[in-house]
Amino acid sequence: MAEPILKISGLNAYYGDFQAIYDLDLHVDQGEVLAIIGANGAGKSTLLRSISGLMANGADQVKFHGQNIGDLRADQVAQRGIALVPEGRQLFPSLSVEENLLIGGRVGRAGPWSLRAVYDLFPILEERKSQASTSLSGGQQQMVAIGRALMANPDLILFDEISLGLAPIIIRDIYAALPGIVGDGMSAIIVEQDISKALSVSSRVYCLQEGRVSLEGTSDGLTREEISRAYFGIE
Amino acid sequence: MDWLNAVVQGALLGGLYALFAAGLSLIFGVMRLVNIAHGDLIVLAAYLGLTTSVALGLHPLLALVVVVPAMAGIGYVLQRGVLNQTLGDDLLPPLLVTFGLSVIIQNALLETYTADPQKMDAGVLETASFGVGGLQLGLLPVLTFGVAVLVIAGLQWIFYHTPLGRAFRATSDNQDIAQLMGLNKAHVFGLAMALSLAVVAIAGIFLGIRTSFDPSIGGGRLIFGFEAVIIGGLGNLWGTLAGGVILGVAQTVGAKIDPGWQLLAGHLVFLVILAVRPSGLFPRVDG
Repeated sequence: MAEPILKISGLNAYYGDFQAIYDLDLHVDQGEVLAIIGANGAGKSTLLRSISGLMANGADQVKFHGQNIGDLRADQVAQRGIALVPEGRQLFPSLSVEENLLIGGRVGRAGPWSLRAVYDLFPILEERKSQASTSLSGGQQQMVAIGRALMANPDLILFDEISLGLAPIIIRDIYAALPGIVGDGMSAIIVEQDISKALSVSSRVYCLQEGRVSLEGTSDGLTREEISRAYFGIE
Repeated sequence: MDWLNAVVQGALLGGLYALFAAGLSLIFGVMRLVNIAHGDLIVLAAYLGLTTSVALGLHPLLALVVVVPAMAGIGYVLQRGVLNQTLGDDLLPPLLVTFGLSVIIQNALLETYTADPQKMDAGVLETASFGVGGLQLGLLPVLTFGVAVLVIAGLQWIFYHTPLGRAFRATSDNQDIAQLMGLNKAHVFGLAMALSLAVVAIAGIFLGIRTSFDPSIGGGRLIFGFEAVIIGGLGNLWGTLAGGVILGVAQTVGAKIDPGWQLLAGHLVFLVILAVRPSGLFPRVDG
């Protein structure tokens, strides 16, 4: 079997004295969509912050393409080909829609994604390209956030709670767009509280509980009982 | 006619104040850094201009070719080497460090150039004037004002029409997310300070041609710069120009009433505007 694109081994993450992740192991294979589920405070966002470089860790705790990236800054990690769609979208309010997308393409990696390709995926963004990003609806803002990450042409894209605070119909549209996004060899990690959504688009799933992996398996091979036990920690 | 003259001369003086203020406004906008050493850096630029023009036999305005890149380089190194380490959630550390820097620059200038007032020799430019509708306008103030307008238009263009400006605005909005876009904020801040000190270089040269200067006058220039920024509204570059003009007019009109009132009138107008419009006349409106 080929080397996994991302390999996390023995990851410990701290906020001051508080330890949010304990000795965590995880890997993502080439072209795979991985789901990470877990309750609030299970360490999901901390895990994404550690991968993307917003939190520094031991160098060899996170390996990407076989190289240590655990201690790199976020901008260096972005150059290597990891992009994050952050929780709550986090667009730049003083930039227009198009400028938000352009700044995502700043890392200058070659690949299929360009302003044109993003507009083809989300045509509404082209109509709104000169508007302030804050004037868009929540769903449209989420499209900008996804497009901004794609503009970097990453090898691995991280989605942090992309359905949070959006109407169900919008969530459906965004999830319908996902296969077109991760179809051409890009790997993805999807962090979700909506378990059925997460399972429907992923091939494997990890469940986190209090900073540890409580369950790991293929997305269609786990039973509801196994998941709820791992999710809530009820024996 | 005398009053109109005072207003016009004040407006032109405002161009110089806008030059003092533009760099200050820029770095506050990008990284929320209040640079107490800004005035002393203006004086440092004036001395660098003096040394360059004397050593190379250049007209002070041609010394800009040397002083602008030199100050920009100093800005980048200063930011990466010192000021980046002070930035964080707390506004106080950069305030204290730039205050210390201000003291260091003043004393270094004192050691190097002594306390004697100096002046740059700009030849005929210092005294040339022309008449417009009964008013006599000095060539230098008009040139200073024109340069101020160009500098602010240039900064405005950089901010809103270039990738560098996008990087400034994005980093100003959210440093973490900007970092995720591959922007190294330490480098972005370095570039912002370099740009700020490039403007400081221009301000310093025009200051040094207009009046005599000595190592101690930095604090006063800092205050004028601050007042122009606050009057105009934080984060609005054209507002900064308007702020400079208002301050300049207040000073010359004050001096017209009584020569002793020049500085006092400027400060009073500043206080009144601060009391009536605490966020300045033209605050930046976020979408």
